Amino acid sequence: MNNSTQPNNFISDEKKLRQKRRERADSRFHWYGLTALGLALAFLVFFFVDIIGQAVPAFYQTEVKVNIHYVEAAKTNYNKAVDHKLRRVVSRAWLRTLPVYLKRHPELIGNNIKQWVPADSRVDQYIKQHNGHGLKSKYQRIVDAMAEEGRIRQVFNIRFFTSGDSKLPENAGIFSAAVGSIFTLLITMLIAVPIGVMTAIYLEEFSEDNHFTRIIEVNINNLAAIPSILYGLLGLAIFINFAGVPRSSALAGGLTLALMTLPIIIIATRAALQSVPSSIREAAFGLGASRWQTTWHHVLPLAMPGILTGSIIGLAQAMGETAPLLIVGMVAYVPDAPDNILEAATVLPAQIYTWAGESLRAYEERTAAAILVLLTVLLSLNGLAVYLRKHFERRW
Amino acid sequence: MAFWMGRGKALSFETDDVRLHSRPGFYGLYAVSWIALPALAVSLLFSIAHIFNLFTVPAPMLLATTLGLGSAGLWFALSHINANFRARQAVEKVMRGLLFTAAAISILTTIGIVLSVVFESVRFFKVIPIWDFITGTQWQPDTAFLIGAGRTNESVAPPLFGSLPIFAGTFMITLIAMLVAVPIGLFAAIYMSEYASHNARGHLKPMLEILAGIPTVVYGFFAAITISPLIVNIAHTFGLEADYTNALAPGLIMGIMIIPFISSLSDDVIRAVPQSLRDGSLALGTTKAETIRHIVLPAALPGIVSACLLAISRAIGETMIVVMAAGLRPNLTANPLEGMTTVTVKIVEALTGDQEFDSAFTLSAFALGLVLLIATLILNIISIMVVRKFRQQYE
Repeated sequence: MNNSTQPNNFISDEKKLRQKRRERADSRFHWYGLTALGLALAFLVFFFVDIIGQAVPAFYQTEVKVNIHYVEAAKTNYNKAVDHKLRRVVSRAWLRTLPVYLKRHPELIGNNIKQWVPADSRVDQYIKQHNGHGLKSKYQRIVDAMAEEGRIRQVFNIRFFTSGDSKLPENAGIFSAAVGSIFTLLITMLIAVPIGVMTAIYLEEFSEDNHFTRIIEVNINNLAAIPSILYGLLGLAIFINFAGVPRSSALAGGLTLALMTLPIIIIATRAALQSVPSSIREAAFGLGASRWQTTWHHVLPLAMPGILTGSIIGLAQAMGETAPLLIVGMVAYVPDAPDNILEAATVLPAQIYTWAGESLRAYEERTAAAILVLLTVLLSLNGLAVYLRKHFERRW
Repeated sequence: MAFWMGRGKALSFETDDVRLHSRPGFYGLYAVSWIALPALAVSLLFSIAHIFNLFTVPAPMLLATTLGLGSAGLWFALSHINANFRARQAVEKVMRGLLFTAAAISILTTIGIVLSVVFESVRFFKVIPIWDFITGTQWQPDTAFLIGAGRTNESVAPPLFGSLPIFAGTFMITLIAMLVAVPIGLFAAIYMSEYASHNARGHLKPMLEILAGIPTVVYGFFAAITISPLIVNIAHTFGLEADYTNALAPGLIMGIMIIPFISSLSDDVIRAVPQSLRDGSLALGTTKAETIRHIVLPAALPGIVSACLLAISRAIGETMIVVMAAGLRPNLTANPLEGMTTVTVKIVEALTGDQEFDSAFTLSAFALGLVLLIATLILNIISIMVVRKFRQQYE
C-alpha cells in the first residue's frame, strides 16, 4: 500500500540514475533516426537548389545590339559584316548563318542595320558574372561600355530547345538528344512491354510449378540485379558485332535498354497479376472460360493499372540510363536530329555526359539545364505512375 | 482482316439448330495465327541466315515468300473452319506457345550476357595469363594496340594488365559509399517503421525513393562539379592535398544514391517483424530504443544484411558517377583523397575509344565485365538465400 504513495523509498538513487540514462539513450536513438532522415532530405534539397541554381542562367541568352553591314563581301566572309572590334562579341554561330541569309535576301545588300543579335558565349558568361568566363580584358571593356549604353539584353533562350548539339555553346541545344531519346524509348517500349507482360502472364497464369518455371524466376531476379553496364557489353557483342545493328543507332540503344527494362516490367506485372484475387479466375473457369479467356477478359483488365505503373517506372529508369548506351556508342557528337532508328543518335543523359566533359564554362550551365529538363520529365513520369497507382488501386 | 474472315466464315455456319463449338472470335484468331506465324517464322529464319552469313535473300523474294505463306496459311485455316471445329483449343495452344516464347527470352538474355562476356574474356586470357590479370599490380595497357597491329619491337614495354589496383579502387569507393549509406539508410528505415506515423511514412518513403530515381549521370555531374571542388577546398583548409578526381566525392554521392535501396528494403523487413515480439519486450519494461536494438533489429537482421548485399552489388556495378567523378589512373592506395579508378571506369574507357575491337585493351573490358558479373551474381544469390531463411522464420 505504501509504495503507491511513497514510491521513492523503494527506488534507490542508483536505479533512478540508470532509469535516466536509459531514457536519454531512448531519446537519443529517436534523434539518430530523425537525423538520418534529415540528412538524406537535406541532401535532396541541396541537390535540387544547386542544380536549379546552375541551370536557370542557361535559359537566358545574352543579345547585343550592333551594326550589321549587309555588304557584298559578307557573302563569302561573314566576318566582314561586323566591325572588327566586335567580331569576338557577336556569336559566331549566328554570323555563320549570314551568307546563306544574304543570298536569300539580296535586297538587304548595302544596308547598315542596327539590330539585336546573339552574343558570343564568353560575353554571355561574362554578363552572367560566372567565374571562368574566358573573356579577354580588352573585350570586357568593350562589353562594359556596351552595357552602359543599354546595348545588351537577356532574352529567353529558345535555341536551347530547338537546336541540336554544337561546338559553339551559344548554339547548342537539346533538340536532337530529345528526338533520340524518344526514338530509343519507343523501341524499348515496343519490345520490353509486350514481352515483359507476356512473360509475367505465362509465369503467373499458365505455367505449372515445374523446374523450368523456377529457373526462369530465379533468373529474372538475377537479371534485375545485373549492373546496367553489362547490358551494354551484351548489346555491343550481340546486337552490334554479331547481328550487325549499326553502332550509335537508336535501334542498338533501344534493344539494349529493352533487355535491361524487361526484368523490372516482369516483376511489376507479376505483382499486379498476383494482387488479382483467385476468386475472379475461379468464377470465370466455373462459367466455362478457357485459360486465355479468363486472362484476357478478366485478370488483365483488373491488373492493368499495376502493369501500367510498373511499365512507366521501368521506362523512366531506361530513359535516365547512360552506361549501357556509352558502350553501344550512343555518346557521340550528333548535331542533327536522327530521321530514322538506324542513324547515329544520342539521348538526353548521353548529351549531359558529353557536355559535362566540355571545358568551356558555357557548357556547364547547359549541362545543368539539360539535367533540369531530364529530371522534370522523369519526375513527372514517376508522378504519373504514383497517381495511377493511387487512383486505380483496388482493395480486395 | 483475317480475323473478320475467319469469324465471318464461322458465323455463316451458325443457324438456329447448329451451334458453333467456340465463340466466333476464336475462329478469327485461328485464322490470324495461321497467317502470322508462318510468315513470322520465315522472316526470322531468313534474318538468322543473314546474320550467320549463310545466304542473303533479296527483299522482294522475302516479301513474296512471306505473303505467299501467309495466304496459304489463311486458305488452310479458312478451309478448316466449320461449326464443329475446335478453334478455342487450337488458339489456346498457340497463345500458350507465344507466352512461353516470351518467357524464354529472359533466359536467352542471361545466356547472351554470360556468353558475350565469357567468349571475349577467353580471347583476352589467351593473350594475358589469367594469373597476371588477377594478381598484377600494374595496369599499363597503352602499348597493347601495337601487338594487335603486329608491331612488336623490343624498345616498347609490353602492356601490363594487372587488375589489382582497379579492384582496390572499386573496393575503396564501394566502402565509402557503404559507410554513408548503411547508417543513414538503416536509421531512416528504423525511424520510418517504428517512430513515424502512418501518414508521415507515406510521404517520407517516396521522397527518399526520389534519390534512387535520379539518373546516375546527374549524380556524376553533381559529384564532379559541386562535391569534388568542395572536398578539395575542405582538405586544403586542413592542410591536406586532394586530387580533383578523389575517391571521396564519387563514394559519398554513390552512398547517397543507394540510401533508398537500404532504407526501403530494411523498412519492409522491420515492419515484417511480428508485433507480438515488440509487445512482449515492451511489457517487460524495456524502452522503445532497447526493444528496437535488442529485439527488432536482430529479428530483422537477415533482411537488413541482404539489403546491404544488394546495395554493395549496386555500388560496384555503378558506372556513370565514377566515370565522371573518379580518376582514370589505376592507383593502389588507401588514401581516399587521391584519384582512384574502378572496374566500370576501365570498361567504359576501353570500349569508347577508337581501338581495334581485337586488341587486348578492348578485350580487357570483357574480362573486367566477367569479374563484375560473377561478383554481382554471388552477392545476389547470397542475399536471396538469406531472405528466404528470414521468410521461413516468420511467415
